[in-house]
Amino acid sequence: MANVELKNVRKVYGGKVEAVKGVSISIPDGQMCVLVGPSGCGKSTLLRMIAGLETITDGTVSIGDKVVNDLGPVERDIAMVFQNYALYPHMSVYDNMAYGLRNRGMAKDEIDRRVREAADTLGLAEFLQRRPRELSGGQRQRVAMGRAIVRSPKAFLFDEPLSNLDAKLRGQMRVEIKSLQRRLGVTSVYVTHDQVEAMTLADTLVVMNGGLAEQIDTPMAIYEKPASTFVAGFIGSPAMNLMTARVAEDGQGLTLAGGGSVKPRDTVLPEVGREILLGVRPEHMTVTSNRSTADLTLKVTAVEILGADTLAHGQPADATQSGGELIARLPGGTRVEAGDVLPMAINPGMAHLFDARTGRRI
Amino acid sequence: MAETTINGASTAAKLGRKEDGAMLGVSKTSRYIAHAVLILGVLIVAFPIYYTFVASTHSLQTILRPPLPLLPGDRFFENYYQALFGGVRQTGGVGADLLLFNTTVMALGIAVGKIAISLLSAYAIVFFRFPGRMLFFWLIFITLMLPVEVRILPTYKVMVDLGLINTYAGLIIPLIASATATLLFRTFFLTIPGELVEAARVDGAGPWRFFKDILLPLSKTNLAALFVIMFIYGWTQYLWPLLITTSNDMNTIVIALRRMISFADAETQWHIVMVTAILAMLPPVAVVVFMQRWFVKGLVETEK
Repeated sequence: MANVELKNVRKVYGGKVEAVKGVSISIPDGQMCVLVGPSGCGKSTLLRMIAGLETITDGTVSIGDKVVNDLGPVERDIAMVFQNYALYPHMSVYDNMAYGLRNRGMAKDEIDRRVREAADTLGLAEFLQRRPRELSGGQRQRVAMGRAIVRSPKAFLFDEPLSNLDAKLRGQMRVEIKSLQRRLGVTSVYVTHDQVEAMTLADTLVVMNGGLAEQIDTPMAIYEKPASTFVAGFIGSPAMNLMTARVAEDGQGLTLAGGGSVKPRDTVLPEVGREILLGVRPEHMTVTSNRSTADLTLKVTAVEILGADTLAHGQPADATQSGGELIARLPGGTRVEAGDVLPMAINPGMAHLFDARTGRRI
Repeated sequence: MAETTINGASTAAKLGRKEDGAMLGVSKTSRYIAHAVLILGVLIVAFPIYYTFVASTHSLQTILRPPLPLLPGDRFFENYYQALFGGVRQTGGVGADLLLFNTTVMALGIAVGKIAISLLSAYAIVFFRFPGRMLFFWLIFITLMLPVEVRILPTYKVMVDLGLINTYAGLIIPLIASATATLLFRTFFLTIPGELVEAARVDGAGPWRFFKDILLPLSKTNLAALFVIMFIYGWTQYLWPLLITTSNDMNTIVIALRRMISFADAETQWHIVMVTAILAMLPPVAVVVFMQRWFVKGLVETEK
């Protein structure tokens, strides 16, 4: 068990392609850090550099206050869970878990004790003599976890471990991984492209984009105060609505580029005339009965009924040109139809302003 | 021999049944036709072998006086005893037992040597990054275009210079490099997921451990298949043993067969030739029959 520190870590492939452009993350002992981002953002490369499977071009990785840049995966004392489980197909579940321990020359009875303990923890006790191909996807995933647990490593590394499972199992395993990690208290780095996994598992969430960490914070802080339009669009589903706007002449509201105006409450506006992006989460828009308190009116073009929620797709009613679709998440059972015009209020303080040029939060 | 025929036929029948099970809608007529074709095929393959066996159990006089009977004769034990232990004059005083031993050593040496070398070279080419990796790959690939016959004279010269004429080493070594097997192993190794290699690295398996604990067990069905092919390749070698062995003690059974037939001073002892032919066939057949189980097992359990 140990803390994991990344300092300005860079990865350049073949002297040209810069996959990771200098990322610094500090993960305290026993915490779970989730790296999330679209494919090609460098999150897997970063994880593999922590694992020692990929060389580090620049910067330092330290595990337990010891720089491990030049150490192999074994000396780093980490355990990794792979996307496709990477179980040894010709070995029994028992041997799969015991293999790493045997390679370290651990005593037989100690190996046996650890494997059986891990198998009990994961509910694999009755499958120990089976081959991986005789197990279901979820069970294989558990074996992969077991292989990591028996080593009692300094850190767990997860590389999209749930992406091969069906939705129901994924939800179940997500909870299991979380509680297991809590119980064992092992520092973990978890890579995923699934924002639900990211939100639910993370103590520290790192949103990555184009080889850079766009924002590092707790999941809730990232949800509430996304640092950039990229983070705003990536975390949250459906994605945050973004509207190009300009601060009105009177400094009291925003003029939307498509036409119409918005007056978000409890929001400090920047200087007059500045071009900005206004971001509002679909769940932070409510239908008001009072037209005078409405911040904008939504002309509904399509409705998606999800049961618990109803998603209303549409455009600002006073938009002079099309484009800039908005989505509002309304309570389930709300009666809406395409063609309706809804007066919408933005919940106080829930408007996010971003610089139109840089996409950074204002 | 009869046993082998039955074995072959039953395999065909098994396959046929399996297919029927898979295709439930097939009509009876087409099933009969399919079986008729299969049985015909088996007969065409099996009959010459059966006839050789029949000939090996008759006396020379019976063989030379056509037509040859369709049923085995009464000289089975005499003929086989004479061939195996009689020190048959026609093969230069060497019994079939020594010939079989020589051939087995050569075939095993070639099969095992080819597999060992190609396994290791494919391992190097697929799993290690070293300068000139692709160059070596292409060099191996190019040797596909140079069969033994093309390089036979230089190879012979090298063997003479090394003093390997009339030795097992001389019989085996020039034939044990195999581009085909290397390429086959390479293709197989490339299908092994990178994650598995990385998982082994994280588990503390170095190159040798990975090879021994993971790669070899995963390759066992490929190994079995290649062993069969290479054993038969080695067993049926003709040109190279003919060149490299001058002493009768080092002859292989295939060479001996030819010598028996072209022996000029006496009449060809056809019954002994037939016995030798049957004996020459048995070990490869045994290898195929024995390894067949492994094949099927390997095909059913797709491990990866």
